Amino acid sequence: MYRSFRVLLQVLWAQLLWGWVLGSELTFELPDNAKQCFYEDIIVGTKCTLEFQVVTGGHYDVDCRLEDPEGNTLYKEMKKQYDSFTFTASKNGTYKFCFSNEFSTFTHKTVYFDFQVGDDPPLFPNENRVTALTQMESACVSIHEALKSVIDYQTHFRLREAQGRSRAEDLNTRVAFWSIGEAIILLVVSISQVVLLRSFFSDRKTTTTRVGS
Amino acid sequence: MYPTPERWLTLDGERWDVTSAGCSAAASCAEVRKTKSQYTSMNERSYMMLSTPAAGLLLLSAWIFPSNALYFHIGETEKKCFIEEIPDETMVIGKYRTQLWDKQTGSFLPATPGLGMHVEIKDPDTKIILSRQYGSDGRFTFTSHTPGEHQICLHSNSTKMALFAGGKLRVHLDIQVGEHTNNYPEIAAKDKLTELQLRVRQLLDQVEQIQKEQNYQRYREERFRMTSESTNQRVLWWSIAQTLILIVTGIWQMKHLKSFFEAKKLV
Repeated sequence: MYRSFRVLLQVLWAQLLWGWVLGSELTFELPDNAKQCFYEDIIVGTKCTLEFQVVTGGHYDVDCRLEDPEGNTLYKEMKKQYDSFTFTASKNGTYKFCFSNEFSTFTHKTVYFDFQVGDDPPLFPNENRVTALTQMESACVSIHEALKSVIDYQTHFRLREAQGRSRAEDLNTRVAFWSIGEAIILLVVSISQVVLLRSFFSDRKTTTTRVGS
Repeated sequence: MYPTPERWLTLDGERWDVTSAGCSAAASCAEVRKTKSQYTSMNERSYMMLSTPAAGLLLLSAWIFPSNALYFHIGETEKKCFIEEIPDETMVIGKYRTQLWDKQTGSFLPATPGLGMHVEIKDPDTKIILSRQYGSDGRFTFTSHTPGEHQICLHSNSTKMALFAGGKLRVHLDIQVGEHTNNYPEIAAKDKLTELQLRVRQLLDQVEQIQKEQNYQRYREERFRMTSESTNQRVLWWSIAQTLILIVTGIWQMKHLKSFFEAKKLV
């Protein structure tokens, strides 16, 4: 009974650690003339990384600003397509970062951001072990880190590909509409040219016949 | 006193291969296996750190919602949507916590009853796969069956409309996708894995996620290629068509005007 209770506590402890988000990755839609802010409470001394990328919309650019708890701007860029910013928290408190699409009048944008705070939680709750990691375990740890970077590269590749794909689909629909539009304009212009020309000669009909007779 | 983990080389579920531990006779192998079980229970014992009831209470209270998650503000009728582009058969777990702005105290209340959030999840074909009302703290899970962009939309839906009164709602949100949804200590407890076995399991899950993403990448690349080829075809055929229309209308114009002028006896 005690053993199962220990297991339960272990599970709950693990759930707690898992519940402590140490990295948020979100993709959201930013409407035109809108600003979206996100906040996170960070402890002093934590190394954090913010990276963002605009996935679809307009000229694929967005304004980004990162502020510390006292309102000092740590990072500010206008009309950037993608960027990555690393900083170490110098104060305790709520850090705020905002994405702004206020310069755009009618294009809404999809923005992806990844805000990593600190390191990943350890796999086991009792990571305060006295013995060093064995060779196998340290090999596992390095493979884990390498796979994490593979997944990270995959994400960036997916975002780039999504960007390219949305541009290609835009191009496809634009080509279709403009081709149909141009064909119609062509027909309308040529018919109206003929009609207009005919109308010039219809007015002078009476004078021509008078000259003829 | 207990053998170090290097001695256990083959991780085959419960059965540990003792070949490199140098046991040739049955008796010594049994000794080594007995030592292994003692070593495992020694590991388990070290999990207890806090006093039992305090730990239990703390853990239960912190289990439901993300305490240190990213948060943002949402208005009363505002709908916030997040997009997750995921391969198929991927599990997504989302947890949120809401706090209401209290004008009297000038701060956010820890929890408000009657406040609810409506969660709506659409699959890539814009079909709704989840549309449920949750309380002020909630947790939603779904598994994707088609690869693509899934949209997770949240909007507040409180039972007492007076609660809001022009205030803001703070929403803590955490969305975990794929391999991050796995709860490794729980898996270790359920399947009775050692630390090394658990690490290998984590690596296997990561590799599986990479495989799924690569598969999805192949499917997306095919779609991209089809779109590009369609654009190419359209540009080609419409250019030819427009040139033909131009020529035909030119010829028609000349013929028509010639007959018109002949009728008018000007030519």
